[in-house]
Amino acid sequence: MKLRNQITAALRSLAKNKMRTFLTMLGIIIGVGSVIAMLAIGQGSRESIQAQIANLGTNLLTVFPSASMTGGVRMEAGSSQRLTLEDYKAIPARCPSVMYSTPVVRVSGQLIANGQNWRTSVWGVYPEYFSIRNLTVESGNFFTAAEDKGAAKVCVIGKTVTTNLFGEGADPVGRQIRVNKIPFTVIGTIGPKGQNAFGQDQDDILIAPFTTVQERMMTVTYIQTIMASAVTESMIPQATDEMTEVLKERHHLGPAEEPDFTIRSQADISSAATATSGILTILLASIASISLLVGGIGIMNIMLVSVTERTREIGIRMGVGARGRDVLLQFLIEALMISLLGGMIGVGIGVLTSWIIANVMKWPVAITLSSIILSFVFSTMIGIFFGWYPARKAANLNPIDALRYE
Amino acid sequence: MDEKIISVKNLVKTYQMGDLEVHALRGIDMDIHRSDFVAIMGKSGSGKSTFMNIIGCLDVPTKGEYLLDGVDVGKMDKNQLAGLRNKKIGFVFQSFNLLSRTSALENVELPLMYNSHITAKEMRDRAMQALSSVGLDSRSHHLPNQLSGGEQQRVAIARALVNDPVVILADEPTGNLDTRTSVEVMDIFQQLNKKGITVVIVTHEPDIAGYTNRNVSFLDGKILKDFRVEKPRIASVELLTIPVIAEEETI
Repeated sequence: MKLRNQITAALRSLAKNKMRTFLTMLGIIIGVGSVIAMLAIGQGSRESIQAQIANLGTNLLTVFPSASMTGGVRMEAGSSQRLTLEDYKAIPARCPSVMYSTPVVRVSGQLIANGQNWRTSVWGVYPEYFSIRNLTVESGNFFTAAEDKGAAKVCVIGKTVTTNLFGEGADPVGRQIRVNKIPFTVIGTIGPKGQNAFGQDQDDILIAPFTTVQERMMTVTYIQTIMASAVTESMIPQATDEMTEVLKERHHLGPAEEPDFTIRSQADISSAATATSGILTILLASIASISLLVGGIGIMNIMLVSVTERTREIGIRMGVGARGRDVLLQFLIEALMISLLGGMIGVGIGVLTSWIIANVMKWPVAITLSSIILSFVFSTMIGIFFGWYPARKAANLNPIDALRYE
Repeated sequence: MDEKIISVKNLVKTYQMGDLEVHALRGIDMDIHRSDFVAIMGKSGSGKSTFMNIIGCLDVPTKGEYLLDGVDVGKMDKNQLAGLRNKKIGFVFQSFNLLSRTSALENVELPLMYNSHITAKEMRDRAMQALSSVGLDSRSHHLPNQLSGGEQQRVAIARALVNDPVVILADEPTGNLDTRTSVEVMDIFQQLNKKGITVVIVTHEPDIAGYTNRNVSFLDGKILKDFRVEKPRIASVELLTIPVIAEEETI
């Protein structure tokens, strides 16, 4: 029998039982639809997590001096004063994998303004810091390299500081804040960043030019840390190596010697988060695949009933010359048609569901072509797999018995 | 009338039913020639249905030789038998055995679907031709349940004809029909036989056997009698005298 005739025959017999065909198909429709929707949700949340991590600055690198020793007693990490501005200056010049970098000095400051006072940490940094941390301007603007050079008494403050000194929703740009009795002019505010991964309030901060803080407030010559960002996340190891080499050389340490500083990155946080959302996607997809599997069993169920119910028909077909192979193919094609058609409708339903989730529930959703192909191929394979047994059963019928079957 | 369409020698069929051996056929010798019209008669259990199944290539004999149109059927496998059924044999059954919810035309096309050398158009044309030869061309798109019993059997005959078989085998073709419709069906067989088509029917009604040219009686798996009918009844003439009864509505 020609394949085209087979397909015609299969479609005819499916059309004869529209309701039953539809109900059988429903299992596959729901299965494929939910696989696509679940994968879309998984992929969407994965992308959104990655975007949030990128916003944290995952390509962030921090150089700490190692712990200082006082009479054999080791102090906390970062307590030594061995990093200098000169150390920092070698980094932008000699590390091509580093995009932005800044020296950092930090001091605790008592702020007084508007008849209120507030204690917060005062950061002295270069303007590059804003790029490294992906900070955005909410109002006013950030300070410039020129203002840093001139040790200008300007600052940028976070939302928590604004709220505590000037009240909820106030715009502090242009106002004065006395920081440890030195008057600073607020020239900008930072867009809210919320808590970081460790629960610290990232908006409770006052950022001022590096030179101003180091020379006017702290009057020290060392720097506490160096912050830098790699060009891309994947270049973090390279950037780390380059910085290690430069700093070791500057500290007159041989290649075999232990460095007197530590470089930390957030790559592990990023990979953990990505892995978590990956697991989430797999979990969602496997739950959805179970419904696809159940749909497949539904096909087998109906096909088995159908073979019994149509024993007479099979007998007639064999009587007029159908070979076992023809009957096998007919039932297999019917099962395949159900799963193929169900798969197609399921793709439509899945895309529609994802769209509804994205637009009505405002969840991040991303449909990928691979998820559509995957679920489609999977549903087709299920059709063949679960259609095989009933088709085999039909093909093995004895024509005489089948013709006599009541 | 010389050419042997069907030739069986010492045909034996034994079924194994648990411990019991059932001897359905105990050595049948018989030749059926081209353009013959044979009625096979006998009580139930006489082996006539088993004989029909074997010459219809639905079953294989336990022993003996069977030549269909000069081809030895005994050595064939299942697929080859299916090919023979498709190309050389046309079946008509007592219970019509039409596919339900499938139009008359599609039912008649069915054997051609299993013949891979035929185009869709050819299929349609030949099916229409077969339907018109049984006088049903106007009802080609009716479903079996919209046709009367006689009409259904005529569709079945058209289906048997469509592949141009060497022999038409009919198993109790009038068993489910009333008198007039039975005669109508026999008329069709007589018309076909006149055109040179070989027809073999199984029946237990002597009346029906009277329309054929040759009667063969089976008893306990053997041939009891085999004789030619001197003056066969002529269905077309009898139809003029049988009153037409309004056909019952099929439910």
